Amino acid sequence: MEPMLSIKNMVKRFGGLVAVNDVSLDVYPGEVVALLGDNGAGKSTLIKCVSGVYHADEGEVYFEGQLVRFSRPIEARRHGIETIYQDLALANNLDVGSNIFLGREVKKRYLGGLIRTLDNDFMLQQSQMALDSLGIHFPDLTQPIESLSGGQRQAVAIARAVYWDAKLMIMDEPTNNLGVPEQRKVLDTIRTLRERGVPIILISHTLPDIFAVSDRLIVMHRGRKVTEKKISETNTQEIVQYMVGALDDTREQ
Amino acid sequence: MISRVWAWAFLGSLIIFFVISVQITTDGRVNFLTIRNSQNILVAITPVLLLGLGQTLVIIGAGIDLSVGWVMSLASVLSALALRAAFNSGLPLFLSVVIGFLAAVVGAGFVGFLNGVIIAKLKVPAFIVTLGSSFIVRGVALLLSENTTVIGLPRGVRNYGNDALIYWIQGEGGGLYFLKRPDVTGDLLRRMNIILPYPVVLTAIVVGIIVFVLRKTQFGRHTYAIGGNLEAALRTGIPVDRHLISLYVLSSVTAGIAGFLSTLRFTAGSAVIGDALLLSSIAAVIIGGVSLFGGAGTVMGTVIGSLIIAVLTTGLVMLNVQAFWQFIVVGTVVILAVLIDQSRDLIIGRMNTG
Repeated sequence: MEPMLSIKNMVKRFGGLVAVNDVSLDVYPGEVVALLGDNGAGKSTLIKCVSGVYHADEGEVYFEGQLVRFSRPIEARRHGIETIYQDLALANNLDVGSNIFLGREVKKRYLGGLIRTLDNDFMLQQSQMALDSLGIHFPDLTQPIESLSGGQRQAVAIARAVYWDAKLMIMDEPTNNLGVPEQRKVLDTIRTLRERGVPIILISHTLPDIFAVSDRLIVMHRGRKVTEKKISETNTQEIVQYMVGALDDTREQ
Repeated sequence: MISRVWAWAFLGSLIIFFVISVQITTDGRVNFLTIRNSQNILVAITPVLLLGLGQTLVIIGAGIDLSVGWVMSLASVLSALALRAAFNSGLPLFLSVVIGFLAAVVGAGFVGFLNGVIIAKLKVPAFIVTLGSSFIVRGVALLLSENTTVIGLPRGVRNYGNDALIYWIQGEGGGLYFLKRPDVTGDLLRRMNIILPYPVVLTAIVVGIIVFVLRKTQFGRHTYAIGGNLEAALRTGIPVDRHLISLYVLSSVTAGIAGFLSTLRFTAGSAVIGDALLLSSIAAVIIGGVSLFGGAGTVMGTVIGSLIIAVLTTGLVMLNVQAFWQFIVVGTVVILAVLIDQSRDLIIGRMNTG
């Protein structure tokens, strides 16, 4: 099977600091790949080089077999790479439907397109469907989302990515700042997405979450990829040792 | 809309207060709530409201436009100069007025465009850009007018600025007249009410357009999104720069219309007419509940805010209160309005978390 995303020998430097040091990884359709590492290990930098926020100094990114180079995040989104950020990229003063369709509003046309108004009914109905398909239920979709909980907002962000046919989802600490029931809900959503065949890169340092939903995991330490393992072939103790730098597959070679 | 219930209630109680107190202080000889006085109030709020409308758009988008007062002045001067030149070159009056309108709108819009480009593209804070441009515009307006009122406009101009849709002469020998001012004198003229003057009509149309744009169109949705979370707007591919430029152009254009109307109303262009109105317009916007942090507010809020200020000032005048008290009262209302909004947010916040 062809990988959906393939990163080859990526290097990113900030001045003298090598934030990402010669990292390669593949993500195949329908799998959840966890990216782990302590703070400053380079996970977020690596991901931002994929999603167009940063530009890698060396290395290549192939998406669906094509060599890609995104100069801005919006270009990555147009290719179907959706990033769910920690700060969500939602407008809290707008309602659920407005957020799911933000920047891609559906309009009704009058007088041959001279006057175009928002088709709020259609967007609301589609948003309801997108949320239903993920098994998420809100009492009222027409309230500004600032009245929603963190987990519900996370769900809105995920529903938006799903609605716009994300081919690859990158989730940066999706369960951070959430209560326990909400965390469970987000993990359920990740499982639902995997069943639909949407590959996910999951950045986290919450090991139980990762072992609950991932197929494969990659550990980074000080900018380097120190190991890559199937979930079924490892355990939390071993992974912690990789995270703190006590174990390192590259060193053994 | 619900959030402005207190503002409607406040406006209502202000009117009741003035109706009663004006009756008492004048021994029943003067009535606050006459047709004539209500129309005076409407005419009085048109410039403040027009400046406030553009300001509402800009502030919802998390910006601020400090240049609108002097842009209004510039537009007044430009429209007077253009109108006079057009008429003197032999064009008919109506066409000259249209040219005056275009000069005001285009001139003002150009200032807004420059503001917008510097804010959006060069990333200079809006407060600083519009503060600087207000000084520049002030200088240009004074230079163009040679530091005096632009006069010598054709006499017919005052009809455009002061005629109305409806005239109503109350009592014997009177009646209703539409569009055309009845040719009466003496007692009949004293009993004539001028209802819905053209500046009020034009302002109402602008209000209607901006309500529609904000509530129903993608442009409105994007304005709220940019004000609510600029980062989200950028990441979702909203053309933020272009949008910000449009907001500042619109803000200047509404100020330009205000300048044009003042030229018609006084048959003269004035380079100082808008100076005092900037802060009143921002006060109206704030009383109307538009958040200075962006992302929240409505046009109807600004309309109520303008009405509250106008009712307050005319009411105090009719009570023979020294004019300086107006400033003290309006200032107090501005601060109280924000206090009420904050405590409301706090209560709602507690309800959500509790």
